[in-house]
Amino acid sequence: MPSLKNKPAGVMPEGFDAANVSDAKTLKKMLKDHKKQQKAEPKKKVFSRILGYIFKYYKARFVIVIISIIAGSIGTAMIPVILMLLTNTYIEPVNGGVPTLGGGDTGVLPLWTFLVICASCYIVAVGFSTTYNVLMARIGQGVLYYIRRDMFVKMQSLPISYFDRHLSGDIMSVYTNDVDALRQFICQTLPQLIISAVTLTALLIIMLVYSLWLLLIVLAIVGVMIFVVTKIGSASSRYFILQQSALGKVDGYIEESMHGQKVIKVFCHEEEAKKDFDDKNEMLCSHATKANTYANVLMPVLQNIGNILYVIIAIVGSLIIVLHGFNIGLGNAIPGFDMGLIAVVVGFLSIAKSFTQQIASISQQINFVAMARAGGNRIFAIMDEPSEEDNGYVELVWAKRTADGGVEPSDTYTGLWAWKHPHKAEGTVTYVELKGEIEMHNVDFAYVPGKTVLHDVTLYAKPGQKIAFVGSTGAGKTTITNLINRFYDIEDGKIRYDGININKIKKPDLRRSLGMVLQDTNLFTGTIKDNIRYGKLDATDEEVIEAAKLANAHDFIMRLPDGYDTMLESDGANLSQGQRQLLSIARTACENAPVLVLDEATSSIDTRTEQIVQSGMDKLMTGRTVFVIAHRLSTVRNSNVIMVLDHGRIIERGTHEQLLEQKGTYYKLYTGAFELE
Amino acid sequence: MIGKLARSVREYKLPSILSVVFIVFEVILEVFIPLVCSDLINFIEGVRMPGADEAIWHNFNLLNISTGISFPGDLEASAIGYVFIYAAILLVMAGLSLTCGLLSGMFCARASAGFAKNLRKDLYYKIQDFSFENIDSFSTSSLVTRLTTDVTNVQNAYMMIIRIAVRSPLMFISALVMAFTKNWFMALIFFIAAFLLLGAMALIPKRAMPIFNRVFKKYDSMNLRIQENVHAARAVKAFVREDYEIQKFDTAATDVRKDFTKAETLLAFSNPIVYFIMFVLILITCTLCTVFIVNGKTIEGYESLGGKLNLGDLSALVQYAIMILMSMIMLVMVFVMIVMAVESARRIVTVLGTESTLESPENGVKEVADGSIVFDHVDFSYAGDDEKCALKDANISIKSGETIGILGGTGSSKTTLVQLIPRLYDVTEGSVKVGGVDVRDYDLESLRKNIAMVLQKNVLFSGTIKDNIRWGKEDATDEEIVAACKLAQADEFISQMPDGYDTYIEQGGTNVSGGQRQRLCIARALIASPKIIIFDDSTSAVDTKTDALIRKSMAETLPDATKIVIAQRVSSFEGADRIIVMDGGKISAIGTHDELMKSSVIYREAYEIQNKKSDDEEGDNAIA
Repeated sequence: MPSLKNKPAGVMPEGFDAANVSDAKTLKKMLKDHKKQQKAEPKKKVFSRILGYIFKYYKARFVIVIISIIAGSIGTAMIPVILMLLTNTYIEPVNGGVPTLGGGDTGVLPLWTFLVICASCYIVAVGFSTTYNVLMARIGQGVLYYIRRDMFVKMQSLPISYFDRHLSGDIMSVYTNDVDALRQFICQTLPQLIISAVTLTALLIIMLVYSLWLLLIVLAIVGVMIFVVTKIGSASSRYFILQQSALGKVDGYIEESMHGQKVIKVFCHEEEAKKDFDDKNEMLCSHATKANTYANVLMPVLQNIGNILYVIIAIVGSLIIVLHGFNIGLGNAIPGFDMGLIAVVVGFLSIAKSFTQQIASISQQINFVAMARAGGNRIFAIMDEPSEEDNGYVELVWAKRTADGGVEPSDTYTGLWAWKHPHKAEGTVTYVELKGEIEMHNVDFAYVPGKTVLHDVTLYAKPGQKIAFVGSTGAGKTTITNLINRFYDIEDGKIRYDGININKIKKPDLRRSLGMVLQDTNLFTGTIKDNIRYGKLDATDEEVIEAAKLANAHDFIMRLPDGYDTMLESDGANLSQGQRQLLSIARTACENAPVLVLDEATSSIDTRTEQIVQSGMDKLMTGRTVFVIAHRLSTVRNSNVIMVLDHGRIIERGTHEQLLEQKGTYYKLYTGAFELE
Repeated sequence: MIGKLARSVREYKLPSILSVVFIVFEVILEVFIPLVCSDLINFIEGVRMPGADEAIWHNFNLLNISTGISFPGDLEASAIGYVFIYAAILLVMAGLSLTCGLLSGMFCARASAGFAKNLRKDLYYKIQDFSFENIDSFSTSSLVTRLTTDVTNVQNAYMMIIRIAVRSPLMFISALVMAFTKNWFMALIFFIAAFLLLGAMALIPKRAMPIFNRVFKKYDSMNLRIQENVHAARAVKAFVREDYEIQKFDTAATDVRKDFTKAETLLAFSNPIVYFIMFVLILITCTLCTVFIVNGKTIEGYESLGGKLNLGDLSALVQYAIMILMSMIMLVMVFVMIVMAVESARRIVTVLGTESTLESPENGVKEVADGSIVFDHVDFSYAGDDEKCALKDANISIKSGETIGILGGTGSSKTTLVQLIPRLYDVTEGSVKVGGVDVRDYDLESLRKNIAMVLQKNVLFSGTIKDNIRWGKEDATDEEIVAACKLAQADEFISQMPDGYDTYIEQGGTNVSGGQRQRLCIARALIASPKIIIFDDSTSAVDTKTDALIRKSMAETLPDATKIVIAQRVSSFEGADRIIVMDGGKISAIGTHDELMKSSVIYREAYEIQNKKSDDEEGDNAIA
């Protein structure tokens, strides 16, 4: 509520353009030092950015919404005035002996006319209410859509390191829980707060007009209410946090023990597990009781303070009447203003109820405001993450061979590719044939500044060669391949692709020239065909089948109920690990890139399936420069060079035979004296 | 279903009841306050009437009941006295109402948190007593959901039922009764309006629900798409498919937006409908009352419909109208919440109603004589899969102290076979004997304590390494722990850790490598010096040298224990007395290495693939 008030009404989208610095809190501490200078404070801007979205896409409609809300709320606020007018105009004169329901020559509006006027006003008010409710449904969903879309677009541009630093569950929670918190805020909290603000203002004005004394009483009691709401609210949120953390512990414990349930049984550990659980459960119960107590008493306390207010108004009003006290209101300044005191008391009783109700509904929204603020912070933190930078300017283009054996650009696909290399200094453009030659010179790399994981790596891969990396988990095999496609940028040294420094190559073009079979075989929801076509979106059905055949995947696909049109559910859960791997290979085969990186993950498949996968891979490798990461040594024996990695260094290199002769680590691995972890 | 859930209320029955009682009091007080106020206004109005009968001022009537209190003296002075009496009554009522509200809130919090605690506890205890078969029938994640989200949903519903589901109807009825005492015709109008509102409020969700169900499916699939992208960020980037993914996402998100807008637009009409009914009702109340009051006072012999009214009554009737409508709105809201919790409640009850399929016999045998194992014509099939026999006519006799290897492909029922030994499942046909006694005759705990089993899917629990090892033997001394770890070849890497044996293992054991985890699990199993040791593919991530060392030290330290080793690597069977070859749920061959090399094709093939010599050279590079 306050945060809404203290901002200019029309915050425009520029409000959030400036904030492309990252929210330091969301970064894990390992990058803290690195980013210290970028400490940003987009915190306060969450609500203005949300409003910014509303105004950017729905300016006119939102203005209509606000007007409708104001019109509609004034209708609610006028109920007490109607009561007062009825009392004063029709009921009270009765006691003066004037028998009238108006009309005729009494000079008073006939009651039925009065009724019709009120009714038409209310129909208009209901019309406004409908307008804003319907419009708000549209605006809310629209804004959510734009926020989701912007977040998704941003996510696609984030560097891989972002995904290393954030758990997928956390990212998902932003898309689901946090966006949901915004939905609640935009569709319900925001209109409700405006309604309450308008109604309260209108009621204040009405009170000001009719009776200053009673207004002071209402304000005093409302002061008490606000005090109580803040007190109870802050205690409630304090215990709520404790409850959430206790709940987190219990949930964590439950998750752990459910996953280990069979182990618990094998060790007959049930009783201990029950005891541990009871302790945590008791703790949760005690925090939950406190948190809920505060939450539960808030409403009754507010309502009953409202009742007390009601009572006090009745009493004070009665006393003023009985004592023939003097009532002052701003209305007295208007000539011809005449409102009997008893009518005012009746009206104020109704005002007291409305006032209490509005304050209660504001207090109910406070939690949602806090949730929207927290959720909004996380959402905008993603949007403010720095995108992956790309300063490359060398592009990959179709090419054809010239008479002298060089290449020149071509308008049609010839099977030949070239790097289009503009030289800014001379203003010329050269074309270099894409051959698939990769060199690394003295490359150092660190995920976290200061913690170098690759030391002085130098290697040459001539076109068509097969280079293998062998080593235990964490030795840096996958890391090396991730440097070639620039998932990460090297710290020192040089990597050249066909003689061009890869930093000069546009990242999309660089990655398009590299076929990757990744360690995690991630498939996408869609048909098998769609998944293979992922490598080349415009591939014909024949190309897809050809790729599948090359990867040895065709046979099992044909055995599936719908063949190539079989739908894959959630990451291909309906396929075996080996089948998924074959699809992943087929996908890369379809891409038909001159350089391949095969990060195999065959440890989880049995020997027989592995042989099928392996022969799929072998076929794919023919005629290409290949970097292969192997867990089982039988797959790398025929490589041109085998690199044995240990703690980020190449400790041995050579052909299979050479390495066996050296009788070093590779030899030990090969003879089984040593197993990779 | 409700009966089963209600059983978990237990010691929180009293707070639950108290909470309801105080709510009842609160509601009654709340409806009486406008009544007394209207009395006050009527009184004040009467005071101002010219020529009011002085006699009536000397007997204070509250709600038309003579109290016998009187203030003698002049009119004005006694009127002030009366106002103060009203003031005292009203303030006491408001104060009591506040107290009742506070108390009911407190008791309700205690009751609902306690109920949730008991429910969670009952579920957890129940699951602890589950057999493997029961566990298999629920997935782990569904059990977690039942214990967490579902319990929270039911807890909230319980709170709602106590507070609002009691309060709203009660408020509705008492306000209606109060209105009735004022004017029955007005009460009738309120009643009709309330039901119109209820109908309108119920109709809209009913029409919107099917749309919502449809949208939620789309919403889920959109989120699935996002999740896919988060998981597959590398794949998307490697194939440079960012724009393609954005386009796919945009289609899904636009679709979600369109449908949600449709559903929400429908819902958007419920607010104006409530407003409309509220406004109309209040206008009707005001005008009709005015007519009744004015005509009642000015026309001789006028019979107003429903009863005579005064100004104070008008003010009270407006309050009752609002109370009645509000209680209806709350009721509908609560109803929706309760409906949502029903599904959760059903899931919880399913667990509570599941009986363990495996019970320890009463007065079971507590002593396990030795480590001998006999499978006598054992058939076994998993529950719900009767036609498919997981194990068919298994006959084996293992002597105490023997070392047995088990080899077989995926799905050959190796694990099934060994799980029958500690009676994790009951055989379908035939019998399994340990130490000469049928496993079904043993006290379950005594049997399992004597059989150490290292499961294929191994789990360490959050806690120190020591804590984890002590699982096998609660009162193990530090020396015993170190000895067990040495046996499992784990001592070396543990000592290298900064905190040694006090190193904290994260949930899921994520801070140790696969091989280290396996060795810790082995140490945990060995510390109890069991009579039978079963390794279910427990050394797959450990290198062959260490694997051999573990087997060697086990043979030396625990010579009398029967050792059963399931493995993929033939080298793991080195030193085994006999090897069992499993194939498709049957024992295909039993014998020593040499015997099996001759008799078993499966064994020989496995051996040859794994010991392939490097003499086949570059040949396998050829294109097929």
